[in-house]
Amino acid sequence: MVNPVTDRSTVLPQAEKASPAVLPAAIQLTRICKSFGPVRANHNVNITIAAGSIHGIIGENGAGKSTLMSILYGFYETDSGLIEVDGKPVTITSPQAAIAVGIGMVHQHFMLIDTFTVLENIILGAETSTLLNPGLAEARIKLQKLEDEYGLNVDLDAMIGELPVGEQQRVEILKALYRNARILILDEPTGVLTPQETTQLFRILRALNREGVTIVLITHKLKEIMAITDTVSVMRAGEMVAHRKTEATDAEELAELMVGRKVFGTIDRGTAACGEPLLKVTGLRVDSDGAVPLLDDISFQVRAGEIVGIAGVSGNGQSELLEVLSGIRGFDAGEIMLNGRQVSPDHLCDPKAVRGLKTAHVPEDRHRLGMVTRFSAQESSILGYQDSAVYNRGPFFDLSRIKAECRRLMDGFDVRPRHPEILSANMSGGNQQKLILAREIDKDPEILLVGQPTRGVDIGAIEFIHRQLVELRNRGTAVLMVSVELDEVMKLSDRILVMFGGRIVAEVAGPDADEKTLGLMMANAHGCTPAPADTHA
Amino acid sequence: MSQASTTLPRWIDIGLIPLINVLMALLVSGAIILMIGENPIEAVQIMLVGALGYEEGIGYTLYYTTNFIFTGLAVAVAFHAGLFNIGGEGQAYIGGLGAGLFLLMADSSLPSILLLPLGLITAGLFGAAWAAIPAYLQAYRGSHIVITTIMFNFIASALMVFLMVNVLIKPGQMSPESRVFLDPAHLPFAHEVFAWMGIKISRSPLNVSLIWAVLCCFGLWLFIWRTRWGYAIRSVGFNEKAAVYAGITPAKTVMLAMFVSGALAGFVGVNEVMGVHHRLLLNFTAGYGFTGIAVSLMGRNHPLGIVLASLLFGVLYQGGAELAFEVPTITRELVVVIQGLVILFSGALAYMSTPWVEWLYGRFSKRQAESRQEAA
Repeated sequence: MVNPVTDRSTVLPQAEKASPAVLPAAIQLTRICKSFGPVRANHNVNITIAAGSIHGIIGENGAGKSTLMSILYGFYETDSGLIEVDGKPVTITSPQAAIAVGIGMVHQHFMLIDTFTVLENIILGAETSTLLNPGLAEARIKLQKLEDEYGLNVDLDAMIGELPVGEQQRVEILKALYRNARILILDEPTGVLTPQETTQLFRILRALNREGVTIVLITHKLKEIMAITDTVSVMRAGEMVAHRKTEATDAEELAELMVGRKVFGTIDRGTAACGEPLLKVTGLRVDSDGAVPLLDDISFQVRAGEIVGIAGVSGNGQSELLEVLSGIRGFDAGEIMLNGRQVSPDHLCDPKAVRGLKTAHVPEDRHRLGMVTRFSAQESSILGYQDSAVYNRGPFFDLSRIKAECRRLMDGFDVRPRHPEILSANMSGGNQQKLILAREIDKDPEILLVGQPTRGVDIGAIEFIHRQLVELRNRGTAVLMVSVELDEVMKLSDRILVMFGGRIVAEVAGPDADEKTLGLMMANAHGCTPAPADTHA
Repeated sequence: MSQASTTLPRWIDIGLIPLINVLMALLVSGAIILMIGENPIEAVQIMLVGALGYEEGIGYTLYYTTNFIFTGLAVAVAFHAGLFNIGGEGQAYIGGLGAGLFLLMADSSLPSILLLPLGLITAGLFGAAWAAIPAYLQAYRGSHIVITTIMFNFIASALMVFLMVNVLIKPGQMSPESRVFLDPAHLPFAHEVFAWMGIKISRSPLNVSLIWAVLCCFGLWLFIWRTRWGYAIRSVGFNEKAAVYAGITPAKTVMLAMFVSGALAGFVGVNEVMGVHHRLLLNFTAGYGFTGIAVSLMGRNHPLGIVLASLLFGVLYQGGAELAFEVPTITRELVVVIQGLVILFSGALAYMSTPWVEWLYGRFSKRQAESRQEAA
């Protein structure tokens, strides 16, 4: 079967790059292969990254992007293939070797020490003298020059832990530049940023690019690729499937190339037919060890047949809110009405009792909460319902029943592979998430609490999950959804609450929301003292 | 706590790697025996013949095996809940005390048919109770179970010395031992059982506790993998947060796992006190509790693996004793060194060879995949 989108014949972009002299490519990879046991993470990967360009690499989770970059950065060695940097063949066996040939990397999770200052973090591992102070002074001069040159403003004496995420990322970039990186690889750099911080990052990247730094951007967000890159390469299932000039392609084509089939962009949500409020929260407060409470004065309600989305940069209390509502965490003040049952700090409801109130919970972090990765899929498929009469016969599990039920869930939600006995850890993120959703939705909940429904999930599966959530809402379930993906919140929610610093700072009706205002609210740009949110939309 | 490799097939993980570990231990042992001027091949021969070559030797080997099964299972069930129970020694000691106290009280008034099962239950309950205290401290007070179970070994030992010397000692006797139980309180020896069937075998300490040990293996397998309680234990052991999410209370689960663990360790007392010595005495646990850790690690916390590992350690104990007896230059201490090496390689260094085996397996499976590709 010939797949029309698997087009390998496209001309490599470097030839078309308008550059005065013909520079050698910054990075040229030829027939790179890397396997982990029977899994081919990279197979015959060819890519040319022109010097001085901004090059995007896009692909679904598990497509092999991270493996490829880990090879470039010396974490893995290739099984076969050739790496050339600036036209010279190199072998990169460690991150030090990568830095030596001018490759710097900004990881998705920052490699910074919270209790060190910016300056100390930057020179860590690259100290120039035995005593610390002369080296620090020297570094300060060099860094100030770099900051001026590239317009990267960071206070060198600030403590890392006190800086916002966006600035921490700038420190990572400075760290690479300080080590004379001329090629900068950024792995999913915008995952933790607000839309405003993202814009700022892109401004910095463009400035760096003007100064001649080659930038490689790894992402699964099409919008970012379209916004900033010159050229883009698409990976799927360990292979490079296409190279394009960004201006000659569009998001639809790239999505198709990534997934390998047509993707539908929109969801027909129908109209909301709201019923009675099933979940009602009043004045909820959760104290922390410090002076600022984790959650403060949270009030809202979710009615039958509506999806309420909670937007916010992660770490602003959304996780704690879900934990409180699902009974995992206690609270210090306020009141929750959960499907007719009054919950207060003195009369808490444990997770088991919460399930008894027909309330299902799809947790934010599926590896840490939603499943036991070392259980088989069928064991994970009864997590939370292990005491149910359905799965037990006398003192023993009814294994054939558990297996049959698991297979039924897998069929209903297209979980692949269809093996109830497979180790949960060996399923892809999207399939793990589908199994968890299947487990929770199958119980016909009246209230569904769902956190990051599509984090780390492939495009194809995202669409499926979104449709399931909307269907559930149309059947009259009250859905509370927490997500850091603004697109997702805007696409699915009937009402949107914005959280900042443990409070609800704004409420917007779903259709009225636009990305810019929401983004500003998420960053609390108006500095509004969080007014008691209007719960009656 | 046990980190089974996810990339290797099961047969390598539970079969080949333990075998490699034992071979490495034997290699080092062989080098030591060579250094003191003896022939290592001959030493291995003496060990094997001593442990498996004749009826009495087999009897002793299986008698040791029985103890290792109990303590190995005890460590394993705690492992599944993510707990490191180092207190098997003390729990076995107190389990034996329980059985002894009950039999001393009741051996003149009850028939065998009641004495023996009740003695067994008492041993289990005493062991479980001894484990329940550290479990409570861990679950509800946050004291680390490794520390508390070690301390409870010492407390158990001190308690036994006090009781044997001051309370339970048979009047008019120098050694701190209780009176011998009456006949109905003795578990039948293997040679007695076989004699009833008309088969004559040599006398050895092997008794019917072995049957109970095998039943415990099967029971524990059912419990861990086929019931919701075992599910709860494994959830807590693998991922406590997910367990909380699932409505499982970790504290209760810790109590349950340690209760079962203590009871299993306590059954060592059944084998020793009810099966062999027929009286209470000091130091009958002889380190079985600690060896149980190595047994469980080597058996990958699975009952079947534990039976095999227990057999190996039974052979080592019995064969080692023979070796010390037969070859004068190989002293009792040297035998302990050999046993120690096996424990070191299969317990503490259990995963040392894993990366090499993974690498080899990776090379092998790649080549196989390539040749399959070529064939296609």
